[in-house]
Amino acid sequence: MAKRIDVSGLSAYYGNFRAIDDISMTVEPRSVTAFIGPSGCGKSTFLRTLNRMHEVTTGGRVEGKVMLDDEDLYGPGVDPVSVRRTIGMVFQRPNPFPTMSIYDNVAAGLRLNGDAKKKDLDEIVERSLKGANLWNEVKDRLNRPGSGLSGGQQQRLCIARAIAVEPQVLLMDEPCSALDPISTLAIEDLIGELKSRFTIVIVTHNMQQAARVSDRTAFFNLAEVGAPGKLIEIDDTERIFSNPSVQATEDYISGRFG
Amino acid sequence: MSQTAVADAPVDGAAPPLPRLRQPRLPRWAPAGLAALAAALGIGIGLVAGLDSRIQWGLIAAALYVVLTAGIAGAVEGVRQAKDRLATSVIWVCFLLAVVPLASLLWETAARGVKVLDGYFLTHSMSGVITMEPGGGIYHALIGTMEQVGLATLIAAPIGLLTAIYLVEYGTGRLAKAITFFVDVMTGIPSIVAGLFILSFWIIILGFGYSGFAGALALAILMMPIVVRSTEEMLKLVPNELREASLALGVPKWKTILKVVLPTAVGGITTGIMLAVARIAGESAPILLLVFGSAEINNNPFEGAQSSLPYYIYEQWALGNEPSYDRAWAAALVLIAFVMILNLVARGIARWKAPKH
Repeated sequence: MAKRIDVSGLSAYYGNFRAIDDISMTVEPRSVTAFIGPSGCGKSTFLRTLNRMHEVTTGGRVEGKVMLDDEDLYGPGVDPVSVRRTIGMVFQRPNPFPTMSIYDNVAAGLRLNGDAKKKDLDEIVERSLKGANLWNEVKDRLNRPGSGLSGGQQQRLCIARAIAVEPQVLLMDEPCSALDPISTLAIEDLIGELKSRFTIVIVTHNMQQAARVSDRTAFFNLAEVGAPGKLIEIDDTERIFSNPSVQATEDYISGRFG
Repeated sequence: MSQTAVADAPVDGAAPPLPRLRQPRLPRWAPAGLAALAAALGIGIGLVAGLDSRIQWGLIAAALYVVLTAGIAGAVEGVRQAKDRLATSVIWVCFLLAVVPLASLLWETAARGVKVLDGYFLTHSMSGVITMEPGGGIYHALIGTMEQVGLATLIAAPIGLLTAIYLVEYGTGRLAKAITFFVDVMTGIPSIVAGLFILSFWIIILGFGYSGFAGALALAILMMPIVVRSTEEMLKLVPNELREASLALGVPKWKTILKVVLPTAVGGITTGIMLAVARIAGESAPILLLVFGSAEINNNPFEGAQSSLPYYIYEQWALGNEPSYDRAWAAALVLIAFVMILNLVARGIARWKAPKH
């Protein structure tokens, strides 16, 4: 059920500041697309425009088109709430709901939307936790608070929470930047498994990670501080890391940049 | 030896001499010892000079303690340590100056209040009691306080809560700024002014009579800004990441606020409301103007005069005879206990509801 995303001519603003400028790209279904680039180049902003989370920020505004298969996410009459149900998100810092147990955290998306029966819920929670490779570690303490888990476990809990609502696309905003190498490995393995079911977009500062997990890689850059970020190129990960077509990409990847 | 080595190290123009690592220190018991000495000196000076007030003795001892500590530390340990000790001793003295009145207030109220405080006192009114004689109680005032404060909370808590939610979660621009400004202004309204406002509006213009409810309206005016302020602070403490996590799950904003933001902040919000309740429970001016005061039990807050604990204390004290004084002290003790219990309950709820780790 994973869907393709087609972005054309997308610019995003914070008030009057244009954070990203005229970006067009295609994200293939059932694949992992990685966004790399220096800080402030608009990777995260761009990611957040893909599920209409950008407009949650005060002054956040978007121009352009984001097509999910054949529907424009920014078309008239589109409800951002249903967009976000279709396109899930995992954040940089693990953010389980502190007042909820592990079980309730995973069930939160379904429960808060009010469409879940108790019996199905048990099954969905188990399936999601298994999907996030967390089930074996937490199955005996589902009623304990989610904030009692380690950072890596919390992040996998957040992934379980995101996939419990069965989105078509999963956006990950530097999901491993707050984690140690072992937890990072666990998440990367998980991403490899999840891509058979979801379209995954991941923002990362770790180029090895981009090379390890992604099928396609997009490089973003900005001309100078205060200038809007632009998409420099997007290509198969292998090509980006071996033989990119733009010099700036090669400079960035080989560390000869900034 | 190493000290001398360091101290005698050649100084080649540019580099300043390294500080010595070991310096003379006062023994650990020095602050306590100096405090005892200062206290003894304070009492001594007080006795010799024939000062009546123990407060003067204490202040002399406190000043001596600060001066002695700084002086001796300066002589033995050097300037930097002396400054440190001066700051520490000043903080201790200030702490005691703040705590002593509080402790003495509690002690005084408890000591004088227990004299007539018993089951009879709590369960009887002043109806038919000759005020010059012992007897009677505060039942009518307790009922009044609980009903008035309860009604005020029922009015002020929801409005304050919703205002705070608007300000933190929705409000931008001029309206939010204007509300914040007026909430600030309301915080500063003296209780008598709130009372006069309700008096002119509710009783004089609209023509309703004296009642507990009229008092509750004035108390609600006093309570609302406190609730708004404390709730606002608590909601701001909820990390934005939680709101985003919920929104990203496709949960509508109103449900995010209801099911994620409020539960996360509920401990602090309850504490804020309880503290606001405690604050208005001690108000007497609006009660005087709007509830009129009464010696009889009136269970209906919507009709007729009532009493309340602060008003009762005021009234008994004004009578100016020994049995009335006793009753006033006992009522004061009950009022303090009432407020303290509310505070404890609030803390309990805050701890119980706090996000677990």
